Amino acid sequence: MDIAINTGNSRYQVDKNGYYGRFGGAYIPEMLYPNVHELQTKYLDILSDPSFQQEFEALLKDYVGRPSPLYFAKRLSEKYKAKIYLKREDLNHTGAHKVNNTIGQILLAKRLGKTRIIAETGAGQHGVATATVCALMGLECVVYMGSIDIERQAPNVARMKMLGATVVPATSGSKTLKDATNEAIRDWINNPVDTHYILGTAAGPHPYPDMVARFQSVISEEIKKQLLEKTGSAHPDYVVACIGGGSNAAGAFFHYLDEEEVKLVAVEAGGKGVHSGFSAATTQLGTIGIIHASKTLLMQTSDGQIVEPHSISAGLDYPGIGPMHAHLYESGRAQFLDATDEEALAAGYELSLLEGIIPAMESAHALAKLKDLPLNTDDVVVVCLSGRGDKDLDTYIRNMKK
Amino acid sequence: MQNRIDQLFAKKQHGVLNIYCTAGFPKLNDTLPVMTALQQHGADLIELGMPFSDPLADGPVIQDSSTKALQNGMSLHTLFTQLAGFRQTIHVPVILMGYFNPVLTYGVEAFCAKCAEVGIDGIIVPDLPMAEYESEYRTVFEKYNLHLIFLVTPETSEERIRKIDSLSKGFLYAVSSSSTTGKDKNMNDQQAYFERLKSLQLSNPVLIGFGIKDKATFDTASAYANGAIIGTAFIKAIEHSQDIDKTVETFISGIIQ
Repeated sequence: MDIAINTGNSRYQVDKNGYYGRFGGAYIPEMLYPNVHELQTKYLDILSDPSFQQEFEALLKDYVGRPSPLYFAKRLSEKYKAKIYLKREDLNHTGAHKVNNTIGQILLAKRLGKTRIIAETGAGQHGVATATVCALMGLECVVYMGSIDIERQAPNVARMKMLGATVVPATSGSKTLKDATNEAIRDWINNPVDTHYILGTAAGPHPYPDMVARFQSVISEEIKKQLLEKTGSAHPDYVVACIGGGSNAAGAFFHYLDEEEVKLVAVEAGGKGVHSGFSAATTQLGTIGIIHASKTLLMQTSDGQIVEPHSISAGLDYPGIGPMHAHLYESGRAQFLDATDEEALAAGYELSLLEGIIPAMESAHALAKLKDLPLNTDDVVVVCLSGRGDKDLDTYIRNMKK
Repeated sequence: MQNRIDQLFAKKQHGVLNIYCTAGFPKLNDTLPVMTALQQHGADLIELGMPFSDPLADGPVIQDSSTKALQNGMSLHTLFTQLAGFRQTIHVPVILMGYFNPVLTYGVEAFCAKCAEVGIDGIIVPDLPMAEYESEYRTVFEKYNLHLIFLVTPETSEERIRKIDSLSKGFLYAVSSSSTTGKDKNMNDQQAYFERLKSLQLSNPVLIGFGIKDKATFDTASAYANGAIIGTAFIKAIEHSQDIDKTVETFISGIIQ
């Protein structure tokens, strides 16, 4: 379980200026320059330090419970007439892939001498994963969460509080994930010395997209080993992952980026339909611009105002995508599909019945596209099951009654 | 024609008062009446905010004014329409302040051309990085005689301040503390930073902003720099104003008399 350090000169990895093709960079106000510059100049040295890697590896193994299983989903495979494997990130401590990144960043924050941690959260999964590692390390934790999401995700708010975090409602703008992220950035501007911002997705100013992707790259590193053991080849035909900001997709794709025979499929949230006005399918609806200090694709008006997306899944309800993914989209290296709320719900019910696994609504979007892939019976497909569905029970129950 | 900002600092080196207001606030068509009143009652410079949905560097008061202005229907196109012909009556330098995304979406060169056409003198874009400005956009801004004004903070190193000074035109915007706009921080704690800035003998004039709200804070800032910028306190003052001219007169007379 090494963190990917030497990624060579891949055309899909970040360049020395923090860009992926024409996307990326750090569009930050001067007030954030010292913090971001410190991260930019130190993160690779810290991540490549053997003692850091040892500590990261030990916590992923004993605390998170890695490696997460790569499970051959027999009945799902029969249904879709292909060999489908599920990468079980839902079995991690705290129930999603988010903890891989928070473990990495809390260790980094300690090495930078930071004593206070801030984070943003949408559905609350990243907030819980951050509160968890702060409790583990005894650091103060403040989580910004849109006031609308606080109402929608009460159990995760309770979890964060129980773990000792302070949950601060973001009441500006649209009062959801985008605004929680703004508030976290504003907090960082006001607390430039003692605070580290644990951003939860592969977005934001350089080096966050790359740093988060590296911490999450443990997902594809394990897939390669596990698939080789199970099938005799480390290379599947497809890797499928859902994408909001893009952290689980970044991790699932990471070690396959330069292996072009492996098809990468990112599934965005289509909401009520891409052209319904209630969607979060950024690659279809977005144009180039700046969101949360990164130049990437985002949903905006013709006047450059960022618009509020819609998805049944709070974790995909984000009006941008990380710059690495914008580049994967533009270069054609990854295929971008979208699943509607309805398709995702159906896929969630289906996985529960066929495999006894209730997936997170986010992960259900990835599963929902199995029906649309041109699969052959010999094709090996890995779906990143990014999280478990406990947090979404209300949504599942509400829609079952229909 | 010499840039109006340079003309101003050629004439006046002390106690320069720059007041920020959000375009289209408190009502959509208040932009010009507010600017007219600011000039009338003694503001030396006007900084006009281009509202944005996600103003990262701003505190709650300016955020709310931005949200309100957008709800009022303000956009860059509407702003340029409002500003057409404003130079017939307003002669003080005017700076547009806003975030990079709307400018990028409008088109950087189209934006600069429009600014020059209506008579804008300078631009503040807090999230446009210095390196990107230098490599991509400097020639465009200079072509249209627009001064790009950069920020420096108490955490900015001397080396970086000197680099920023060399790229900035018009003046430097010295953020008084590491904060978003409108935060109260103790000005006395910042005096060492102001002293340090003064001792650097920079090539640009310096105006201090963030946390300037009354005569006392304005005078302190002015003692160390060429003047100061007031934003949040002014937005609060005009938010519920029934008589813009009267409100502006009262506000400014409280600062400079």
